[in-house]
Amino acid sequence: MARLSIRGLHKFYGKFEALKGIDLDIAEGEFCVFVGPSGCGKSTLLRTIAGLEDVDDGAIDIDGEVVNTLRPRDRNIAMVFQNYALYPYLTVFENIAFGLRARKTPDTQVRERVGRAAEMLGITALLDRTPRQLSGGQRQRVAIGRAVVRDARLFLFDEPLSNLDAQLRDGMRAEIKRLHQEIGKTTIYVTHDQIEAMTLADRIVLMRDGLIEQQGAPLDLFERPATRFVASFLGSPQMNFMPCRLERRDGAATIVFADGRTLAFGAERSADLSAHEGRDLVIGIRPEHMSRALPDRPPAAGAAPISVLVDLVQPTGTRTYAQFRIGEVEVTVELPAHIVEHPGTTIDLLVDMTRVVLIDPKTDKVLSNGTGETG
Amino acid sequence: MRADKGTGLALRYVAAVAVTIVFLFPIYWLASISFKTPDEIFASPPAWWPEQIQFANYAVLFKDGDVVTIWNSLVIASVSTVCAMLLGTMCAYSIARFRTGGNLFSDWIISNRMIPPIVIVFPVFLLYVRLGWVDTYIGLIVLYTAFNLPYVIWMMRGYIQDIPLELEESALVDGCTRWQVFWKVVLPMARGGLFATAVFTFVFAWNEFIFALVLTRSEVTTFPVQVTHYFGGQSNFWAKIAAMSMLGTVPIFIAVALLQRFLVRGISLGAVKG
Repeated sequence: MARLSIRGLHKFYGKFEALKGIDLDIAEGEFCVFVGPSGCGKSTLLRTIAGLEDVDDGAIDIDGEVVNTLRPRDRNIAMVFQNYALYPYLTVFENIAFGLRARKTPDTQVRERVGRAAEMLGITALLDRTPRQLSGGQRQRVAIGRAVVRDARLFLFDEPLSNLDAQLRDGMRAEIKRLHQEIGKTTIYVTHDQIEAMTLADRIVLMRDGLIEQQGAPLDLFERPATRFVASFLGSPQMNFMPCRLERRDGAATIVFADGRTLAFGAERSADLSAHEGRDLVIGIRPEHMSRALPDRPPAAGAAPISVLVDLVQPTGTRTYAQFRIGEVEVTVELPAHIVEHPGTTIDLLVDMTRVVLIDPKTDKVLSNGTGETG
Repeated sequence: MRADKGTGLALRYVAAVAVTIVFLFPIYWLASISFKTPDEIFASPPAWWPEQIQFANYAVLFKDGDVVTIWNSLVIASVSTVCAMLLGTMCAYSIARFRTGGNLFSDWIISNRMIPPIVIVFPVFLLYVRLGWVDTYIGLIVLYTAFNLPYVIWMMRGYIQDIPLELEESALVDGCTRWQVFWKVVLPMARGGLFATAVFTFVFAWNEFIFALVLTRSEVTTFPVQVTHYFGGQSNFWAKIAAMSMLGTVPIFIAVALLQRFLVRGISLGAVKG
């Protein structure tokens, strides 16, 4: 197991600065996920850790040793690649044994360790086949086998599931998580899929334009985003963002939309928001933080009613996504199935005002996060 | 409708057979002459096949020691092919992966191949006289290696560029040095291209005539040069020409037959990515 510490890391490709000063600490045994949109630098960061890219400035430190100038082979790192990187001219056994053979491990040990890794991944029956004879999921297992068979101190995964279909991806995701629990090695995992990031990570490092936008435990990032970008990146469907104005009405901090509709905060958040009153802001509401108002039940504390005209209905089976407009903005709400079945229906919603975020439209920084917990 | 289809198919077969005959007939004729007696060779109207298969024409080549030229060709072509492949593939790897020499370097290299051999044959001759390399194995091997290098570099660069980079990176992370990556990943992955390029390189060295004519005397005469010795001022030794040519065709025939599937892939390189 290893500790990883990165300080002031810069990487240029010609004039393009891919990494603009990364500072990061990863604890022993931690499962850390680098996530972000294409081109944000997450794969570059991973490759600099592996030694596949040179660093222009800064230090990468593994267990107290600066490894910047070490060759990949001397860093004792195992890596799983997006396209599996299996050798088509070798059997599954030899593919898994490749790293051991490169390090001149005795044959008896190779057999034993490959056998153990294959058993762990359920691919013992495939050892004599060639990669060509395997399905996508099996190939990915072999690729993971290649990594776990070596006693590497750090595991790197570069978008390992992006070539698999959705169903397989769910299964492999669970397997990777289970594997990490079993072997407990420090793991860094790169993905652009926020669901993978949320489900796998002990810690998410969300990147944007060569910088770390925010890092922390998955639910921390989800519930307390620091910027509009973080708030919009995590969560599916995305958080809704609407321009609004914060005013004090009837003693409560109140969101006023351009079309005159309002959402009032409860007493607790009203007090906290007094500093922002009178400002033009952006309100962020997650689709699942709106629910249908039930006429026979009084709204919960901190819930604000709003009546909307649904213009699009998307049932997914268990849940239904309904869309409506507030001013010019299309807003999505996630409801239980069957609540609304046709566009053109007007429904009364309750917005959980304890969970909405308020964003400064000039800086895109979150001014006030929700106080409620996602349940 | 069905009749039309049948006619079309029949016409295609007729055309295919006709083309095959046009290409194969000279080889057949060569082979048949090599087995004929002098009377049959000069018979008019021509004897389409030998009355009796006889090996006298071949036996003469062995008795006179002329077959040693096949051996010379074999040594020179094989060694120069191995040298060109080894050096060329390493150069190609360097150009493909490290952009050695910049973007235009490989264009410059292939342009060397376009020099007509006749232009440099006499300077090379004078140089070789100085070096004492005229009529030696090393002389022709070095020259053929140098002449084939641009072709090998150009072809192998293409094959190596087609190898997914991830395979090499994965090997590097797994504990390989660059050399190990080259031997354990790049060469096996480029195996098809390696064989195809090697065959074309070998065929060039095997058939090369101008350099061999100027730079050999009697010690390392190659087989194409030996064949010309049978064209005399008074008469041509058609039987010997045919028999020697047949012997010279055999190694190429074997090489092509063994590596046919790689050759087809080599010719269609770049046509279909995958």
